[in-house]
Amino acid sequence: MSEQSTVTTSAWRTIVARDLKLIWRQRTDVVNPLVFYLITITLLPLGVDPSRQFLGSIAPGMLWIMALLATLLSLDTLFRSDYEDGSLIQFQLSAEPLFLTVLGKVTAYWLTTGLPLSLISPVLASMLALPDGGYIALMLSLLLGTAIMSLIGALGAALTVCLRAGGLVLTLIVMPLYLPVLIIGANCVGSAVAGFSFLRELALLGAGLAIALIVMPAAIAGALKISANQ
Amino acid sequence: MSQWEEPAPNELSISNLTCTREDRVLFTQLEYTCCAGAVLQVLGFNGAGKTTLLHTLAGLMPPASGVIRWRGESIAGNRSYTRSLFYLGHQAPVKPALTVAENIQWLARLRGQSPSAEELCSALEQVDLEAYQNTSCGHLSAGQKRRVALAQLYLSAAPLWILDEPFTAIDKEGVGRLQQLLATHASHGGISVLTSHQPLRLENLHTLDLAAFQPDEACAYV
Repeated sequence: MSEQSTVTTSAWRTIVARDLKLIWRQRTDVVNPLVFYLITITLLPLGVDPSRQFLGSIAPGMLWIMALLATLLSLDTLFRSDYEDGSLIQFQLSAEPLFLTVLGKVTAYWLTTGLPLSLISPVLASMLALPDGGYIALMLSLLLGTAIMSLIGALGAALTVCLRAGGLVLTLIVMPLYLPVLIIGANCVGSAVAGFSFLRELALLGAGLAIALIVMPAAIAGALKISANQ
Repeated sequence: MSQWEEPAPNELSISNLTCTREDRVLFTQLEYTCCAGAVLQVLGFNGAGKTTLLHTLAGLMPPASGVIRWRGESIAGNRSYTRSLFYLGHQAPVKPALTVAENIQWLARLRGQSPSAEELCSALEQVDLEAYQNTSCGHLSAGQKRRVALAQLYLSAAPLWILDEPFTAIDKEGVGRLQQLLATHASHGGISVLTSHQPLRLENLHTLDLAAFQPDEACAYV
């Protein structure tokens, strides 16, 4: 049993380590979502009313929408290069089940998009004059929410990996599934700003993440098995 | 643990296999049995279904009909079969941003192996890449990238090798070495199934021409 578990963690760890190394060496691609997030949030006060009161009222929703769009930006490439160079076949034939390898890919993806997005969000929130109570709720909800969105997005990326122009289809598949996450996430920050407890929304996001963690890796693995043979 | 005490002889048997691709029947009623120590070269014109056959043999896609057995057991959903298999497609799963050593290591780890530094060095020596160990694969030529993928063969302990066009982009000397490796693998009782348009000079070479299993005009489509 113990031997089995060391083997299992090693597949996950191998892929996380490999992807982090790959992403670090091509980091110009990875900063894309972050730069997008930074620019849109910076431009927002310039484009609309820069008064603190107005910005503060739209900040929770805006920060969440921009984070959502930023995670969509690089989703298309998640499995693309692995599909093109045949790595995906090696994933399928690896010693461990495909869903662990897939979970490794999603983990690395979240560590390089969702995590940095959540970490810089307080800085951007201050640009949008988010009222004081909202910062912790924003970070925590984004941490959970981006993880759910990475898992959902990976399913879309797996389904469209064999399509040449899969970007639009991917967005159409993923968008409806993102909506509940967006609504709950933005509400979480909204509640915190209004001075209510935001634990209920946070618990909902946590429950969503738990379900996504159980269901999604298997679904992504199934989708990849179908796509890989096209 | 009885499987370790008395290993069944390596044998890959294909019975009544039909494969289709997008409603077109590629080949039908394919019967073949590979015994231990065989090298099977799959032949066929372009589009005859060589790659599809190899994918099906590797368990990557289910056949339209028919059964493939490894050591007497059907390969469908058989994890121990996946573990005794090494597959290399016509693309090299080599990441340009990683170094040669890193690429070999992640591929090996994914298969549950952890090659030591010496094993890695000797595998690289076999494919003439020992000087490139820390070179990023983006700087290598197509043939060298192919060799990085082929270095896996020297580390693999799998009894069944399925290789799709392994000689593509490999120079003459490399082809000779690879044939030697296939011969060694066969002498240890391993089986290799490969596609190539190149004539091979191997003792236990068997050929399977897919042109002989073409469907009749009447049942070419499903």
